[in-house]
Amino acid sequence: MALATQRVDVPVIVDESKCLEKCTACIEVCPLDVLVKNPETGKAYMKYDECWFCLPCEKECPTNAITVQIPFLLR
Amino acid sequence: MFSASNSNEDIGVKTQYLQTDFLVIGGGTAGTMAGIKAKQANPNADVLILEKANIRRSGAIAMGMDGVNTAVIPGNSTPEQYVREITIANDGILDQKAVYQTGRWGFEVIQELESWGVKFQKDHEGNYDLKQVHRVGKYVLPMPEGKDLKKILTRQVKRHKVRVTNRVMATRVMVKEGRVIGAVGFDVRAGDFVVIQAKAVVLCTGACGRLGLPASGYLYGTYENPTNAGDGYSMAYHAGAELSNIECFQINPLIKDYNGPACAYVASPFGAYTANAEGNRFISCDYWSGQMMLETWKELNSGKGPVHLKMYHLDDDTISEIERVLWSNERPSRGRFHEGRGENYRTHGVEMNISEIGLCSGHSASGVWVNDKAETTVSGLYAAGDMAGVPHNYMIGAFVSGRLSGINAMDYVQGLEHVEPDQEFLDTEKARIYAPLDRPDGVPHTQVEYKLRRYVNDYLQPPKSPTKMDIGLAAFERYHESLDMMGARDPHELMRCMEVHFIRDCAEMAARASLYRKESRWGLYHYRLDYPEKNDEEWFCHANLKKNEAGEMEMFKRPVAPYIVDVNLQEEVYDVAAR
Repeated sequence: MALATQRVDVPVIVDESKCLEKCTACIEVCPLDVLVKNPETGKAYMKYDECWFCLPCEKECPTNAITVQIPFLLR
Repeated sequence: MFSASNSNEDIGVKTQYLQTDFLVIGGGTAGTMAGIKAKQANPNADVLILEKANIRRSGAIAMGMDGVNTAVIPGNSTPEQYVREITIANDGILDQKAVYQTGRWGFEVIQELESWGVKFQKDHEGNYDLKQVHRVGKYVLPMPEGKDLKKILTRQVKRHKVRVTNRVMATRVMVKEGRVIGAVGFDVRAGDFVVIQAKAVVLCTGACGRLGLPASGYLYGTYENPTNAGDGYSMAYHAGAELSNIECFQINPLIKDYNGPACAYVASPFGAYTANAEGNRFISCDYWSGQMMLETWKELNSGKGPVHLKMYHLDDDTISEIERVLWSNERPSRGRFHEGRGENYRTHGVEMNISEIGLCSGHSASGVWVNDKAETTVSGLYAAGDMAGVPHNYMIGAFVSGRLSGINAMDYVQGLEHVEPDQEFLDTEKARIYAPLDRPDGVPHTQVEYKLRRYVNDYLQPPKSPTKMDIGLAAFERYHESLDMMGARDPHELMRCMEVHFIRDCAEMAARASLYRKESRWGLYHYRLDYPEKNDEEWFCHANLKKNEAGEMEMFKRPVAPYIVDVNLQEEVYDVAAR
């Protein structure tokens, strides 16, 4: 099967300057489990574009590093 | 571990074996309560909640809830009045004894939640500040500070020493010797195959909220939490349990594009109402029913659409209060949605649309058949919450049915021993789950899911046409071929792949059930163009389905049990058109 990689605008934005390397608060609370750590930087990012824009990640982030946008298709 | 070249026998999938007395599948509203009540009934029993997300923020109320919709509070209403209201709203098709439980136990649920720190709205005299949203009677009790409901429940789960396993998704219930013996699934992060032996199991995995495709085209832009993919409907079906009235779809009037509630349940007690483009009322009652949805559909197609939730006639303080509730609870991102479009409740109506279809007995009546003890038709298997077939049950109903399942399961497991799972069953299920990992370059789950759900829209969205549904059914049957082309690269993608399997099962059930009931009932939920009238003579019954001995989906009628509360349905017709 031939596959192409497409660019996608994702709703969850992480401010890497605020994201704590040892913290996984956002990753633990995401119902869709779409957030992971970048193994190279230790910062969280949205790996899978499967967002309910429900906000636990943003609310539970201790440093306010996360902003959830309404997904582009709905915005 | 999940390298592309390996077949699933040698990818080194580890197997975890667990045992518990009572397995709760799904740690949402019903599941957390089921676990707590089971431990209260028998503190020595082992109770395990299995959750594919994290119970702290999972299920329909991940971000809390702004009120309860089915509160029967002594002095305001009685369980009998509540049963009467739901009997009429659901066109007479219900097991009144099961609905009665919601009215009977709801107040105790509210009192217990209060003792745990959940705040309900009270008036100046300290009485519960109930609001009327239903056609008759006050059953809506606001909880404007309900945003942390799930955190509070999680604390109680821990306090009651209920075990919790997060990030494991169940895929099948195990049945042997005529009773439930556990469930299987997999760890959606580490990928382990998980086998759980249990003496009793409750399925409480929520609605099938990912059945139709939202008009936005975004797969996860659903009304329900999109983790709720119909897991329990599919698992109950494959376990041999009966499902009921699946043709009574969930269809909601929602904020266009955003696809969340506008929400008239919160705003109408403040004076807001649903209006057409001219600003006029076209429905007399904002309570969600099939009849209300049919009026909305007619209005949208009449030239007087679009419809909107009208608040701009209210004063500034009132609107601020509504904003405070709507933007902190349930779907708190509503505020930024409106802001992004430069819209404001003071100047703009909230444009609304008819949602795609789903299955949910919490809102309509499509669910797994249960009696007044939350028992399914399979021994030792219970169902609770949105997926349990108790009409219009909402959140209080989820708590009550969770409670019933927990207490009754503790009775049921007395003296029972664990039963060894069938190795052939485990091997077959393991092969089914992990097959997409053998095809890392297979069709992505997103595309397979998109097409499936677009078919659901094309062929099942009411009004229902028999020929279209026949075409849809054939497409869903054929879709096994597409499922077999799906590829996954990690356990997370595997989770989404297996959810597509659940969605396909639900789509086939929705098509077959809709074809079976040859009449129209429940307003838009089951509006058939070829049988536009209600036909009580032939169809005053439940339309149930199950997997028969031959492994086929079989439809049959189940009579409506004699009423325990008298209702004259000839005189009391549920009509909500504004005159």
